[in-house]
Amino acid sequence: MVKVTIDGIEIEVAEGTTILNAARQIGGDVVPPAMCYYTSLKDSGGKCRVCLVKVTHTSTKDPRPMPKLVASCRTNVMDGMVIQNITSPEVLEARKGVVEFLLINHPLDCPICDQAGECDLQNLAYEHGVAKTRYEEERRTFEKIDIGDKIKLHMTRCILCYRCTFVADQLTDNRVHGILGRGDTSEISTYIQKAVDNDFSGNMIDVCPVGALTDNTFRFKSRVWFTKPLDAHRNCDKCCGKVVLFTKGDEVLRVSARKDKYAEVTEYICNECRYDHKRLSDWVIEGPRHIDRNSVISQNHYEKIDLLKLKQEIERQIDFEKGKQLPEPNQSLTA
Amino acid sequence: MPKKLLLEHIDVPSIETFETYRRHGGYASVEKALKTMTPDAVTEEVKKSGLRGRGGAGFPAGLKWSFLDRKSEKPRYLVCNADESEPGTFKDRYLMEKIPHLLIEGMITASYALGAKTSYIYIRGEYMYIVRILERAIEEAYAAGFLGQHILGTPYSLDLYVHPGAGAYICGEETALLESLEGKRGNPRLKPPFPAVAGLYAAPTVVNNVETIAAVVSIVNGGGDEYAKVGLGKSTGTKLISASGHINKPGVYEIELGLPVEEFIFSDEYCGGIWKGRKLKAVVAGGSSVPILPAHLILKTAKGEQRLMTYESLADGGFISGTMLGSGGFIVMDETACIVRNLWTFSRFYHHESCGQCSPCREGTGWMEKVLHRIEHGHGHMHDIDLLVDVAKKIEGNTICPLGDAAAWPVASAIRHFREEFEYHVKYPEKVANPKHFELEPFRSERLELSNA
Repeated sequence: MVKVTIDGIEIEVAEGTTILNAARQIGGDVVPPAMCYYTSLKDSGGKCRVCLVKVTHTSTKDPRPMPKLVASCRTNVMDGMVIQNITSPEVLEARKGVVEFLLINHPLDCPICDQAGECDLQNLAYEHGVAKTRYEEERRTFEKIDIGDKIKLHMTRCILCYRCTFVADQLTDNRVHGILGRGDTSEISTYIQKAVDNDFSGNMIDVCPVGALTDNTFRFKSRVWFTKPLDAHRNCDKCCGKVVLFTKGDEVLRVSARKDKYAEVTEYICNECRYDHKRLSDWVIEGPRHIDRNSVISQNHYEKIDLLKLKQEIERQIDFEKGKQLPEPNQSLTA
Repeated sequence: MPKKLLLEHIDVPSIETFETYRRHGGYASVEKALKTMTPDAVTEEVKKSGLRGRGGAGFPAGLKWSFLDRKSEKPRYLVCNADESEPGTFKDRYLMEKIPHLLIEGMITASYALGAKTSYIYIRGEYMYIVRILERAIEEAYAAGFLGQHILGTPYSLDLYVHPGAGAYICGEETALLESLEGKRGNPRLKPPFPAVAGLYAAPTVVNNVETIAAVVSIVNGGGDEYAKVGLGKSTGTKLISASGHINKPGVYEIELGLPVEEFIFSDEYCGGIWKGRKLKAVVAGGSSVPILPAHLILKTAKGEQRLMTYESLADGGFISGTMLGSGGFIVMDETACIVRNLWTFSRFYHHESCGQCSPCREGTGWMEKVLHRIEHGHGHMHDIDLLVDVAKKIEGNTICPLGDAAAWPVASAIRHFREEFEYHVKYPEKVANPKHFELEPFRSERLELSNA
């Protein structure tokens, strides 16, 4: 165990922990934001630079400060390390700069973007961004393409976090998409359209921090904050089968993996669960999903769903499929 | 006659062939090292010589070698960085084209010191004709028994390969170079781990510039102490300077470190003064990425001392009034040069060459280029100048690799020293509409003229 101090708060963490994860163990405001780092994806992180922190004291052995701001997601803690995050004006200034950089080529089309409401970039910009842009130049744009059967790539929105390439590398047996070009014209793409065809490719949508990769079956169906997320599971022989159903009335609009409070998935799901089971009767409903994130999606009062009525509704659907008469007409699920 | 260690035999006809090179004392360092010295003794000599990396950062080469993880059970590699792409720098090309065996010899000696059994020369793709020159030289060295199994009858064996890049400036950054050499996309890696611990194929690796490796030859031949006597203070040895721009004699010069900058620019032995009898306006002393300095600051430091061609003297005054020796790309501008246009050219280069991996560099370089394009073409605003300074400040130090810094420093320094010129471009858009505006009517700054007087 090593002792580190982050913004004046001391904590003991296991050796080999990154600064970001040490801060996450403290929780609250001292946690640096992260756009490209993803706990369950090896080698991710270090690219977006929003998690930069200042190390004022490298370790007990070497008390010198680190010469530059470091990416907290990829820097391991050392015993006696002193780190400044929100207490350092330099860090906040640099972070503001990075947020501005991320936004200059972003289309800011949140009003028509499916990710709006659960978008990491939106949240980041809300917390750290400046309200006015200083960028007068033309923004880079790309054509929208289908990189897979059910995945729409809207490259204009991409912040090049490389997470989806790590998903393809680490969850699927063959990566067929990657980064083409370089600099601000580099793009995520496939050599052949609709080439992404793997049972776990849908997870690329879940790890995407912005609206660059969206679920073709959910596009423009509903604003995410109008849906009611429910925890549900089914017996799946390919994956854990634990999902969140985004429902509206008795319709399942979208199925996604469960995200924690840092918007990270720990248990990935297969494409069969994601795309092929869009009926409430396919699932065992556990209850409303508690979304522990500071995002628009958590502002809804969906947790007041009446479980009893929900169960009745599911039974009604099952009976309907069995050809029985409907016992009662469709009704709202909320109390 | 100034001392020449690298380019001593450059004018000998057919020096690119093995026989001629051998006749002029070539491969003596290999014989000396392999037959009479232990690998550690060679490293010790390089340490003693005080040789500093010639690729730009100026990190002591011996120290870099001593960081190599020798306890690891993995193979060790030496990689020569011949991906010379910095605008204004062309010394390695000259060296490899004219005297390829010097690099091969240095590679063998250095590989022996580091215990590398396989070494690579990573060369930029644009130097395809030099790849052929090097490959011919390597073939000759194999035939003469200086490469391959049991070199000169000793137990030491070495294979040397030339690997061309595909045309990316970023692959000159050592970790991006290693990625590219492994066959991947040339994105810089996050450090640590440093290449000395986990470099090529995750094995301990040393990456050195062409000139650094070539300098090892004379260090081993003459001894580290002897080499350290050349030069001045901590800047030991000789350095190849690629002189270009508005001078009478552009070209590659080998100078002894410690030469006064004034002498380098104006003496007939080197640059031969400013062309067409014009006045000196500014100098970029070490390749496009180092801060630009106006005439009065390049000739004398802010303290009024004479500025010398050493790592320390050029860096005197920090980035406020100093610059860096960098890779030795010495670009001289006369009074008709437009600093804004020149800076825009540099920015365009960095925008084009940014790998796009981390956000500040990917977005910031493009932003700076677009703003500079506007200012240069007479569409700028006064607040754009401060915007540029701010964007540069936010890129600098916040990126994965030094390309971000390299893109930010020229912008910050040009505005620091030549702000009037940027303001002139904003104020008189009709005057700067012609791309050759300063050749027609040079811009005069009273402040700089007073400083130069």
